[in-house]
Amino acid sequence: MTSPPAFRLLPEVTPETEAFWTGGETGELRIYRCRSCRHWFHPPTPACFRCRSREVGPEVASGRATVAAYTVNQHPWFDGFPPPYVVAIVELDDEPGVRLTTNLVDCAIEDVVVGMPVEVVFEHRDDVWLPLFRPVAA
Amino acid sequence: MTFVENRAVISGVGQSAIGRKLGRSGWDLGVEAALNAIADAGLTPDDIDGVASYPGPVGAEGGFVGATTHDIRNALGLKSSWYTSGVETAGQIGTLLDACAMVASGRATHVLAFRSVWESTAQAAMGRAKAITGHMTRASGHTAWRLPFGAASAANWIGMYAQRYMHEHGLTREQMGNVAINARRNAALNPNAIFTAPMTMEDYLGARMISWPFGLFDCDIPADGATAIIISRREATAGLRRPPLTIESAGSAMYERHSWDQRNDLTTMAAHDVARAMWAGTSLTAADVDFATLYDGFTYLTLQWIDAFGFAEHGKAGVFMEDLDRFSKDGDFPINTHGGQLSGGRLHGYGFVHEACVQLWGDAGERQITKDVEVAAVGVGGGPEAGCMLLRREG
Ligand SMILES: [Zn+2]
Repeated sequence: MTSPPAFRLLPEVTPETEAFWTGGETGELRIYRCRSCRHWFHPPTPACFRCRSREVGPEVASGRATVAAYTVNQHPWFDGFPPPYVVAIVELDDEPGVRLTTNLVDCAIEDVVVGMPVEVVFEHRDDVWLPLFRPVAA
Repeated sequence: MTFVENRAVISGVGQSAIGRKLGRSGWDLGVEAALNAIADAGLTPDDIDGVASYPGPVGAEGGFVGATTHDIRNALGLKSSWYTSGVETAGQIGTLLDACAMVASGRATHVLAFRSVWESTAQAAMGRAKAITGHMTRASGHTAWRLPFGAASAANWIGMYAQRYMHEHGLTREQMGNVAINARRNAALNPNAIFTAPMTMEDYLGARMISWPFGLFDCDIPADGATAIIISRREATAGLRRPPLTIESAGSAMYERHSWDQRNDLTTMAAHDVARAMWAGTSLTAADVDFATLYDGFTYLTLQWIDAFGFAEHGKAGVFMEDLDRFSKDGDFPINTHGGQLSGGRLHGYGFVHEACVQLWGDAGERQITKDVEVAAVGVGGGPEAGCMLLRREG
């Protein structure tokens, strides 16, 4: 396990985002899904942007994803969060195009490639569980 | 099919002093730019009956909000029939485009539109990283999805778009470097530019990494400076100092959710939406454009605008940028003749409008484009923030 940074600026938890930020307590990646058209979407909104249904809410996603893009951050933006680290946009296996910005962990920086299969792992801090992603074990 | 029925024009432009650590407030710089632009148009403050600015009083530190609309109204005692500011708008020029509609519809006659920043002075004390995040206890809004993962800067967010374009289309760091080298070469002829010493590809590649694929010279420089543009109703410009510049077309469209990571095609940006809307509003085409001023908060964003405007085939913006001679004042397609934000300083969007106007009026001095120029494309913004204009000098 990559050792976590001493500090992370945590997200504000709102009625729409609470399920996402706390799903890790039970090991669940909770992503909003429309009960009418069954499409997943992110970030959570109080209506489905495709069919405008109000019947939306969090469901448990597979936790599997694919790296869509990444950057290797080398600049110290935060005290207690030293570079280098990998920030990535991952695309959920549950539905292509539904993406999370996250960190890749347990992976050498030089091994990161677009298309790499990854799986969620949670980092617990205060009242939130941050979904990070690591390579799927071969 | 003309933009606001062709009733809005640009009648004057002005800037404050521009530099690093000027030790002056963004408010003071904003007033200086406003008065310069009003005088440039041949107007007085009493003629200004509308005000528009970006971003308004948003909760950002580090000199990002140099002056708000009310700051300038109050300082100059402006009597306004219409005024606004905004950040949920088409890039940094969104409210300037709104001003065009307002003068066209009679809500105002002469609008002062401006952007002021004093990031260099304000961040000298605290450092850039602290300026971005130091005042927060929790990340909210869209930053809640990014800051917890250490993605604090647009260098991280836009770096990922650039990486994806590299992956899909073979863009190279050297091709991005050409954007930085072009800006630096052109800045040498701009007396207000911040960095003017020649930059080689070796310099570019050797600079420290910020966030792959962006090194230091892929990122613009925080600066102090304000820019103001006067938007006037066409009939009200008779007898003024300058021939009015026509806003041939403009783009303020957004066809997808406002997002830094959910856009369907990660190799495009909101620039593509506004460019599409802009071209739909004119009979001119990319082939009619004489020169361009293209946002360069990061090198990759200039390439995105080249891609979005269709100056190059989608995916080929890096290849387009290879022949650097084309993009100087003597070239067939000058780009960012003032040095952009990369070398001229981060005036946050309005600098590109200013440069396009100055060139069209033939007022750019030593850096004036050699060939005769009539049509300029102006692209402002990055990621989900974008606005654009096609400017034309008549006769
Ligand atoms: Zn739906």
